[in-house]
Amino acid sequence: MKVFIGIDLGSTTTKAVILDGKANVVGRGITNSRSNYDVASQIARQEAFVQARFKLTRDAISADSELSGVEELFLPLLDRKFRLNHHVEELDRLAIELHNAADGPRHAAYSGSLHELLDEIVGEMRQRAGKHFGALAMRKSEFFRDLAAADYMQLAEEQSDPKGITFETLTGLFDQAILPVENSTSAAALEQLIDEAMDAALEASQVSMAKRVDRLRGAVDAARAEVLDEVATVGTGYGRQRLPFPKEHIRSEILCHGLGAHTMFPETRTVLDIGGQDTKAIQVDDNGIVTSFQRNDRCAAGCGRYLGYIADEMNLGVHELGPLAEKSTCHVKINSTCTVFAGAELRERLSLGQKREDILAGLHRAIILRAMSLLARSGGIEDQFTFTGGVARNPAAVTALHDLVDENYGERTTNISADSIYTGALGAALFAQRGHQEAA
Amino acid sequence: MSNSQTERNGDVQKERSMALQKELVGGHFDALGRAKEEGRKVVYTFVPGNLTELMRSFDLLPVLPEINALQSGMRKLSGGYISEAEKQGHSEDVCTYVKCDIGMLKKGNVGPTGKPIPEPDLLLLSYTGCCTFMKWFELLKQEYEGCPVAMLHVPYQADGQVHSHYRDYIVEQLRSEVIPKLEQVSGQAYDEDKLRSNLTLSAEAEDDLVWVLESAKNVPSPIDAYFGGVYYIGPIFGAFRGTPEGVDYYRTLRSEIEERLANKQGPITPDGELDEERYRLVIEGPPNWTSFREFWKMFYEEGAVVVASSYTKVGGLYDRGFRHDATRPLETLADYCLGCYTNLSLPARVDLLEDYVRDYSADGFMINSVKSCNSFSAGQLLMLRQLEERTGVPGGFIESDLVDPRYFSAANIKNRIESYLQMLEQKRGAAA
Amino acid sequence: MTTDLAQLVERVSHLFEDLNFQSVRDWKSEEPGRHAIGYMPIYVPRELVHAAGMLPVGILGGGDRLEIIRGDAYFQSYICHIPRSTIELALTQRLEALDGMLFPSICDVIRNLSGMWQMLFPERYVRYIDLPQNFDPAVGGTFWRQELDTLRTDLGRIAGREITDRELQHSVSVYNENRRALRQLYEARSARPWLFPTSEVYLVLRAGTVLPVEEHTAIVRRYLELAPLEDDRREQDMSRVVLVGMFCEQPPLGLLITLERAGCWIVDDDLLLGLRWMGGDVPEDGDPLQNLVIAYLEQSAQTASVYQPEGRRGTWLVDSVQRNVAEGVIFCAPSFCDPALLEQPMLVAALEREGIPHTQFKYSENTGQFAVIREQAGTFSDSIRLWSEA
Repeated sequence: MKVFIGIDLGSTTTKAVILDGKANVVGRGITNSRSNYDVASQIARQEAFVQARFKLTRDAISADSELSGVEELFLPLLDRKFRLNHHVEELDRLAIELHNAADGPRHAAYSGSLHELLDEIVGEMRQRAGKHFGALAMRKSEFFRDLAAADYMQLAEEQSDPKGITFETLTGLFDQAILPVENSTSAAALEQLIDEAMDAALEASQVSMAKRVDRLRGAVDAARAEVLDEVATVGTGYGRQRLPFPKEHIRSEILCHGLGAHTMFPETRTVLDIGGQDTKAIQVDDNGIVTSFQRNDRCAAGCGRYLGYIADEMNLGVHELGPLAEKSTCHVKINSTCTVFAGAELRERLSLGQKREDILAGLHRAIILRAMSLLARSGGIEDQFTFTGGVARNPAAVTALHDLVDENYGERTTNISADSIYTGALGAALFAQRGHQEAA
Repeated sequence: MSNSQTERNGDVQKERSMALQKELVGGHFDALGRAKEEGRKVVYTFVPGNLTELMRSFDLLPVLPEINALQSGMRKLSGGYISEAEKQGHSEDVCTYVKCDIGMLKKGNVGPTGKPIPEPDLLLLSYTGCCTFMKWFELLKQEYEGCPVAMLHVPYQADGQVHSHYRDYIVEQLRSEVIPKLEQVSGQAYDEDKLRSNLTLSAEAEDDLVWVLESAKNVPSPIDAYFGGVYYIGPIFGAFRGTPEGVDYYRTLRSEIEERLANKQGPITPDGELDEERYRLVIEGPPNWTSFREFWKMFYEEGAVVVASSYTKVGGLYDRGFRHDATRPLETLADYCLGCYTNLSLPARVDLLEDYVRDYSADGFMINSVKSCNSFSAGQLLMLRQLEERTGVPGGFIESDLVDPRYFSAANIKNRIESYLQMLEQKRGAAA
Repeated sequence: MTTDLAQLVERVSHLFEDLNFQSVRDWKSEEPGRHAIGYMPIYVPRELVHAAGMLPVGILGGGDRLEIIRGDAYFQSYICHIPRSTIELALTQRLEALDGMLFPSICDVIRNLSGMWQMLFPERYVRYIDLPQNFDPAVGGTFWRQELDTLRTDLGRIAGREITDRELQHSVSVYNENRRALRQLYEARSARPWLFPTSEVYLVLRAGTVLPVEEHTAIVRRYLELAPLEDDRREQDMSRVVLVGMFCEQPPLGLLITLERAGCWIVDDDLLLGLRWMGGDVPEDGDPLQNLVIAYLEQSAQTASVYQPEGRRGTWLVDSVQRNVAEGVIFCAPSFCDPALLEQPMLVAALEREGIPHTQFKYSENTGQFAVIREQAGTFSDSIRLWSEA
């Protein structure tokens, strides 16, 4: 099967989307961007390929009328098995890296007990792995780094000894070890993990499937035999200049966002994207072609990063801000969305006795006000209006946007996709697919 | 970028007009260096509304602080000068040309040739199209306490017209304020015949300049009317309007461009001749000077050629028909001052740019909005919308500064330029 | 506070807070055919507007109460705040009562705003008021007279009748009344600042930008009578300062209150300078237009946007400090205000030549936090009191 790949290197996360020859999405992947853009794009791609393989499996099962409905049971099972295997595989590599780091000369004095302690911690982490990937498990993050760090830190805190091996020593080792683990997954290893997960899932289905298990195996085998032929890749996003692609395979994120939003919601005429450190207002025509755009100026006021500062200042997770702001009953008017002054203004308001949720509601409105002016600069808000980017997942920002759009432009259909974070990557993949069609 | 033949041609051509310009500018700074010992008097003044023919008729040597500032920017000295001025209490919010000039002065006023620029004998405040000019020379006046100031207030063309009482007002100021001070400083009496003959030379050079700028109407264009254009306007906006050297420079330049045109050659860039013109753009706003080459490259490496620009009209809108007219010497100076680009109303600026987009068959237009210059920048976002509506061509918007290196974010600007050009390309693809 | 003063303050506060200019709408609807003409800081010849039977209305931005949604779309982040809120007021139909707008030559931002107005509101009267920078009656005077003539003709056309000399003479005299009342107010505040807190004086002054001048003069006079009757307004050990830089974009009221709470009596300032532009009366006899011209050339306030031939900048500030027995100067300029900020180093130099203490900070009309300013002004006030005792 021919596939086309789009990669969006954002300032916070890197996304990959895989399309088939008919421009259907077959896989998506996301990872946190890091100093090494190459690695980030590799990892996002690999994850998208895993998803693509799962999608093929799902399609193969549902294509067999005798297996009707089985995919709804089999795929989640497969997904859990794969994630668990992958997590354990990464834990194995983490263990190796931790021990390597522990061999450093700084730790010579207590080296023996350090190795023992690390074995204990990693052993316990392996024990906990199953829990992360149970059928009803709620994971705080899909990134190995976050899951492993949470477990590791908790265990390190319990087992460290202020007089012996300190918590700081242990966290230092983790920081050293996690980078190579994150950055070194190989495609071949992943293929093997998928294979193993498929076998394990088939094994587990043996009883419930009874006689149909052979049909199921047939479908799964067909899916794993399919070769994914990577025809073209297009890169976009903040870090696109650093992608190891020839220039003609790089597109501006403005164009990609426009086309991506158009594909998700074909009636889209105006797109607002609020990302980590930039905000874009884009107008597109009925073919998804960009007719005008505006970006925020050089300061990051009013972008996602600003919410990050506020969260730090309030000692909250960035995902907790929106829900907290939603509780506000009385909005405070905030005039500055300047990241430099955010902390000071916040402290002054708190000291005046204003409530956290009211201040937060005001801040969300202030951010959306900035976006409104960019939208006005780009030509206003036409129907339909599509909101994308990380901030589109924040309920308080969405509420503020609805209010302001209503007040200023009247009724507009506002689209927000659960997958909006992939808008840019989707657009890039479409460029890859179209480029190939045109060339053909 | 090009085959060896054209490259050699490019070098030769570059040598002819560029060398001439270098000679002119170098000669001028040498003359300035010797001015005090030779007893020649020096007048500081501004580019818009500069009265070069009049000053030259008194044998006075002009110094243009804006040009000094932009040259400091190109020589990467402006950052230090600006910090120096800010250390002395100048706000970070205000025009960096002013701060660059004040900082340079505080550090010895060394010009581009390495010699100190002589102190002014007169500050000729041609108050045209920029409110900061007044504060700038008031600040200089504090530094050069004994130096007289001649204020020439040029009314703003707010309703898009030159009213006869504007002209009268300027002529009266020339008679009662500017000329007496020039006489006093130079020790020479006003000589209208000399002024007339200078004005005749001005008009001659202006004809050739206009021909050169309008050569960009050809497809492909033999020149870049912005990045190349800022070099072409150098002599006429600087000290050489109304001089035989100026006339000679523009005659040479014109013949070079005629040759390029005949050979169907594209503009010369720092990396050689541009061999494919992919986008034709109109640009509004001054360029950034601290990263001028880098900025230019962002355009030419994408095949973008600027075919018309407003910045090259800050020292006079000759392509709209104005010529210095020796038959009415003071009135023509008044009309010149009134007609500089930054003295036009916003609607008139939009009209002009709209014409440029059409007359020069531009694919798009871009605004470089500079933090320092509110005369240019305030209202540019409305100009953008209006131009898009009127021409049906999408506009691009980038932000930087004149000479403050802190306000040039290369990655950000490059990103915007690329996004913009790709948008043009995509639209073109859709239309085809 | 006595009921009378409380009522007066409530009235002027209400006018200040009313971003819909209801009082102007009411004034217009009292009689059919009335017109109102808006003007921006600093100086416009309001006498001409008045003589045409129209109401001149000061448009001074949106303060800290207006949410900027469309206005920001027109201005880059490095441009001051007043044009954004002014555009916002217009785009939200709050300036519907205005039949025209005058934009004096304060700076390039306001100059260009006049062009933006022409493009955004092509059906309305717009005029850029290019104040002469040449003060020779035969040169700058002639130009200014022609400009005023044009304005007179334009306003007459809108009013549907010519403005007569007699009407103009009358207008000059009612504005002279107003100027006298305002001079008295400033003198009274300088003499006993505790009786006339600036946060209140400002509101009284500001009412003059929307009310008919005759009514405003009466309010000022009444305020001068009522404020000294307050028992609890007592002399306190605070420092006396002159405030400079606020001639265009307005400070939030909270900023003025903050300065007073931080221990500063404001004994002179350049707030709403246009209302107090002429140092003395404009002659009431003879050619009224020429009288306005000569008054402009000879009696104009010194401020950053007006050229001062051959003079040292800042003499007026030193004069004010001396005349008002001030102990220091606070430079309080709007962020990105070219004239105020470019002028500041020259004023600082003038003060330093005289050994006058000063401090400085920036604001914008919608600044919402004053903690830093409170601390800085408090420290400044304490230090100059110590300094003057030493």
